[in-house]
Amino acid sequence: MEIQRKIKFEGELSRDFLDEIKEMSHCDEIDRCIQCGTCSSSCPMAIYMDYPPRKIIAFVKNGFREEALKSFTIWLCSSCYTCQVRCPAKIKITDVMYALKRKAIQEKVYPGQFTIPVLAREMYRMIAKNGRSSELWLILNLYLKSWNPLGLMKMAPTGISLLKTGRMSFKKEKIKNTSQLQKILKAVKEDGQ
Amino acid sequence: MKDYAYYPGCSLKGNAKHYEESILPVFKELGFALEELEDWNCCGATAYFAVDDRMAAAICGRNLALAEKEGKDILAPCAGCYLTLRKSNQYLANGSEEAQKILAVLKDVDCEYHGQVKVKHPLEVLIQDVGLKTIQAKVQNPLVGLKVACYYGCQLVRPFTEFDDPDYPVTLDQVMAAIGATPVEYSAKTKCCGGSLTGTIEEVGTQLNYVLLKEAKRKEADVIVTICPLCQFNLEIIQNKVAHKFKEKFDIPVLYFSQLMGLAFGLNKYELGFKRSIIPLSPLWEKIQRGG
Repeated sequence: MEIQRKIKFEGELSRDFLDEIKEMSHCDEIDRCIQCGTCSSSCPMAIYMDYPPRKIIAFVKNGFREEALKSFTIWLCSSCYTCQVRCPAKIKITDVMYALKRKAIQEKVYPGQFTIPVLAREMYRMIAKNGRSSELWLILNLYLKSWNPLGLMKMAPTGISLLKTGRMSFKKEKIKNTSQLQKILKAVKEDGQ
Repeated sequence: MKDYAYYPGCSLKGNAKHYEESILPVFKELGFALEELEDWNCCGATAYFAVDDRMAAAICGRNLALAEKEGKDILAPCAGCYLTLRKSNQYLANGSEEAQKILAVLKDVDCEYHGQVKVKHPLEVLIQDVGLKTIQAKVQNPLVGLKVACYYGCQLVRPFTEFDDPDYPVTLDQVMAAIGATPVEYSAKTKCCGGSLTGTIEEVGTQLNYVLLKEAKRKEADVIVTICPLCQFNLEIIQNKVAHKFKEKFDIPVLYFSQLMGLAFGLNKYELGFKRSIIPLSPLWEKIQRGG
């Protein structure tokens, strides 16, 4: 076993991290966290997380950039908002998780086994192209682009019953004024750069 | 009170067709002539906010502007759309430099938005605009003896919590009682079903839904009633996987509240989307016929 230092030196912490996340999440209250743990005990996903939400907030507050961005936690957040409505310090924890996801995608540091960024990206592309999402195509793309044909096979019986009951179709949904939507997306994208 | 523009979102045109097939006639019966918002686009759901919140607010801004042009508020039956549209509405009204820029972009493409649109969920409208008495008065066939587990999930009651409690909401239970059904004490009513995680991390999704199903069974519910397409989808589809993984068979029907309302209002049973249920409904029909 390699002996490694487990504690970070202060100089290794990211000083700007808190401010970046505050701005991205539109949540100024992050450093008011009292580490009470209400978020962690409310979280239905906490049992699967590598760090519970309380620790993630502490990471953000104290500049542990890699620990927060590379965590599984941010990808396991299901946006149920339970922690957010219960937080006594009024920290918008779900929005902080969203900000961390965006940051992790930007910096390309998310853990590889998660297909969630793939889902987000595929959905984004589909909407940019057609204005609406077509569930069947979204699912197909998700499994193909995340190299998971086995998962797709397992989904087949479900897919068949959905097709049978008319709840899924190969039709691609599309809006009429796609050019207007694309102009909006293009302009907002350019504004952000 | 303004009229509502019906915003179906992608799910009600896809796997949740039976939600659309039941919500429209029920609201018509209650005096709302719902017309679909002309050329609406996808709200982006939770995925879009994860990629770029400015884009998310901008594409929702287009929908809000379309409704404003029609002089209407938005009625969004999907809890995901409801939350995303409301969140974007708030974002665009927060006065920040980013919001101003997005509003300017919208204006440039003839989608000017002045923040005049409210976003509502049908349950909210039933409670705030319609009232339980009016609902009760419409009932032709009370669903006597039918035990329902009212499942609210997350995004309807959180983080925007104006019309019901975020932890222990009651309005759906009240509506179900108004149509003669018996709501059971469903303590898992706001516990998360996992949302899109059931598709991306199977293990997690199966476990979460197992808890929800088990609690409904423990309370001897005949049916789980939902207000959200993704919750409905997860709870129904997962029953196969759960049976396999936990060696426990449930076969609990998962229906939309509007389907049961339509049934109680005496609307044509064959036009309320019941045929789209994957879980067999025959025990349910027997129970309703017997009167519990």
